[in-house]
Amino acid sequence: MRREAPKSVADYAPLVFPGFMLVAFFVVPFGTMVAVSFFQRQQGGFYTPAFIFDNYERFLSAFFGGVLGFSIMLAVVVALVCVAIGFPFTWLISKASRRVQVVWLVALLSVLSLSEVIIGFAWSTLFSRTAGITNLLVWAGLMAEPRALFPGFGAVLTAMVYQALPYTVLILYPAIVRLDPTLTEAARTLGASPIRAFFNVVVPGLRNTIVATLIMVFVFALGAYLLPQILGRPQHWTLSVLITDQAIYQSNMPFAAAMAVFLVLMSLAMVGLTLLVGRKGEAA
Amino acid sequence: MSTALTRLYLALVAIFLAAPIVVVAGVSVNERQNLTFPPQGFSLSWYAAIFTDDSWRQALMNSLLLATLAATLAVLIALPLAWFLWRRIAPWANVFQLLGVAPFVLPPVITALGFLTFWTTAGAYGQWWTAIISHGIFFVTLPLVTLTLGFASIDRSLVEAASTMGASERTVLRTVVLPLILPYLVSGFAFVFVLSLNEYIVAYMTVGFTMETLPIKIFNALRYGYTPTMASVSVFFVALAALIFGLVARFGDLPRLLGALSSDES
Amino acid sequence: MTGLALKAITKKFGDFKAVDHVSLDVPQGTFVCLLGPSGCGKTTLLRMIAGLEEPSSGQVVVDGRDITATPTHKRDFGMVFQSLALFPHLNVGDNIAYPLRIRGASKAEQSGRVDELLKLIHLPDFAKRPVAKLSGGQRQRVAIARALAISPRLFLLDEPLSALDAKLREAMQVELRQLQQQLGITTIVVTHDQREAMTMADLVVVMGEGRIRQAAPPVEIYRRPADSFVAGFIGSTNLIAVESDSIGRVTALGTALPDVAMVDGARMATLSVRPEDVQITAPGEGVLAGTVTFVRDLGGTIETFVDVSGTTIVAVTTPRDRSDLAAGQKVGVRIPAQSAVVLKS
Repeated sequence: MRREAPKSVADYAPLVFPGFMLVAFFVVPFGTMVAVSFFQRQQGGFYTPAFIFDNYERFLSAFFGGVLGFSIMLAVVVALVCVAIGFPFTWLISKASRRVQVVWLVALLSVLSLSEVIIGFAWSTLFSRTAGITNLLVWAGLMAEPRALFPGFGAVLTAMVYQALPYTVLILYPAIVRLDPTLTEAARTLGASPIRAFFNVVVPGLRNTIVATLIMVFVFALGAYLLPQILGRPQHWTLSVLITDQAIYQSNMPFAAAMAVFLVLMSLAMVGLTLLVGRKGEAA
Repeated sequence: MSTALTRLYLALVAIFLAAPIVVVAGVSVNERQNLTFPPQGFSLSWYAAIFTDDSWRQALMNSLLLATLAATLAVLIALPLAWFLWRRIAPWANVFQLLGVAPFVLPPVITALGFLTFWTTAGAYGQWWTAIISHGIFFVTLPLVTLTLGFASIDRSLVEAASTMGASERTVLRTVVLPLILPYLVSGFAFVFVLSLNEYIVAYMTVGFTMETLPIKIFNALRYGYTPTMASVSVFFVALAALIFGLVARFGDLPRLLGALSSDES
Repeated sequence: MTGLALKAITKKFGDFKAVDHVSLDVPQGTFVCLLGPSGCGKTTLLRMIAGLEEPSSGQVVVDGRDITATPTHKRDFGMVFQSLALFPHLNVGDNIAYPLRIRGASKAEQSGRVDELLKLIHLPDFAKRPVAKLSGGQRQRVAIARALAISPRLFLLDEPLSALDAKLREAMQVELRQLQQQLGITTIVVTHDQREAMTMADLVVVMGEGRIRQAAPPVEIYRRPADSFVAGFIGSTNLIAVESDSIGRVTALGTALPDVAMVDGARMATLSVRPEDVQITAPGEGVLAGTVTFVRDLGGTIETFVDVSGTTIVAVTTPRDRSDLAAGQKVGVRIPAQSAVVLKS
């Protein structure tokens, strides 16, 4: 069968339902949100149509700047840690038999699909005084008495790495598993040790993939919402937390929308950068 | 890398991934309502509570219903779209593919806020069905990706062969195309089902105050302290996800779905 | 009138003419091979006959009816694809029964016909096997049986044997020819393998650059190629530039060839002579004078390369004829008039 251009209106029929759903329930809500970001807020949780930049101006305060800075820093650290752990890990499982790979993939998907709520709860338990890992250290005689390891930045970071690691591996997996195995074999026959072969051949060969993955994980981590709230102190709250807070508890939809639009622009810029890096990679 | 180092590294990652789940599984079998690990005594009563406690059971039912209907909706949107993109040359239709992928790539809070403003503006805020549509759209990326892969894996000469043997376009679709993409359709459905079960923020922003899904219920419970049912529900969810992905792997080609070349090529 | 007729069929892809004004009459029951190098338009032509491509102009006529606008699934043809296109989700029996099933045949009718066809292709009791478990040759036969399930009006095959190894391919060529004769079905095979075409066809259609260069029975194609393209494509041949001198005799490389006639009205032409027709003699009158440059002894045959004023002429002989030639030797090359063909340059 050759792909053909649609010849009649009837040939477009399969697009009607998906097109309608995506436009009505994604494009329109998105547009609504952008519109609301320019609206005038009324007391009591309502807003009236307007075209003002107040919501964006308010965003330019030191407080929100600090939150934005923290969100970005957190996302960058999470991305770096995840790729640092995930890249060698993915490479190692890609060398395993298909059966072993499947077991790992099932485990990774199961963790990836875990609710942020459950991850938050699980780590809060693990970091708690009564049921946490410090009990293990006390039992081993390394610590005098158990203590809580949260709330704190370490707890937030650990849980976010936990959440983003499976995502990182699944992004890296296609590129790494398709990597020509003869490349490292060639390096081996030329006398490189396995670890040298990994750093001299595999890592440079996938440089673009690594950069793209860093950016994808960055965007993923930028959306973190529950973990900073459950495991962090208020100074560890991210932009996503503030957006929800403004929208639900402060009933300031226009301001929440303005922050969301800003977050979109930043994510889009990152995705655009990913595509650019990818295109450069193809050209090279 | 030497075998011992490799094993050690993989083991460390495995421990990291498993540790929280093991601890939660441990506290979930505590006899008393305490958050202690290692567990004191052994009891499965907190698992029974998921089904006997009215509010937990209701939340579970809500979540299962939401996940089933959202997954169905996502597949219904993705199937004709993926089929059209495979069958026709219509470059501008790729816009829809972009739209289908966008909700998943953007930070979820944005999609969630979009739905919140939209449903509020439309006057439907809090209606139970808004969560189904919201999740269906939010997760449409997954079946769209699996089905696009599925269609790409069909040798087009199979379709031509069927038509030389007298099959009309509709018959080809029914007798050749659908049977061949069924595994991809099922896995797309499974992915949405599992992720929808676990999704918090979109559900919270659309029906958070009118309908409790399990993640919302866990979070609400978490804010007021600890109940062991949280732990048992979490373990139940992990087990369910592992079971479903295990089935996908058993009946489909999971490495290929996740981007490896198909097994007979490699 | 029965059979297939192609009337001035042209297929353009953009500015490129993949098939250029092709007309052909195929009588009922004929085995036709469309032969040519890749990119010559043979597969595109077959796909237009099947209705998988739409001709830019021209008509496809079957049994006197113009079917150019008939969609593929209403043509009642059987086709075997290069990839074979067996359905991986159906077993052997269900693959063969597919065209019957979608026409609403009863279960009993389907299984009866499947058994009959499996016997015909020498694979009885294979109905329940999964397709993936078959060998290359078995898949081949199943694809053929499936295409024949409805007793099609026309049997089309696109490079059907190309995936098989050389030995199996030769065996299948014979089998396919016998099957076709047994059923008396009009058959069109696309191939780039001239041995395959020579083995199976009643009518060989040589195509080049989208046009039919010659359509004739195999022996005639071999013995009387219409032009140097056909001569070069079918078997190996020596192509030698010839010209007519002032008194109308044809001369090749400075030597007159008596009894060889020039093509009408031309001064320059190309002479084709098959290597097995070239005779190596002692140097002398009436033969081309040359020097042996290389002798390739293949055991069963000997190929002798002779340089005649800068043109290499190859002669194929058996060891019985001459085995004493060596490089550097001066010899004479005789081109028998009855086996030489003069072609337009």
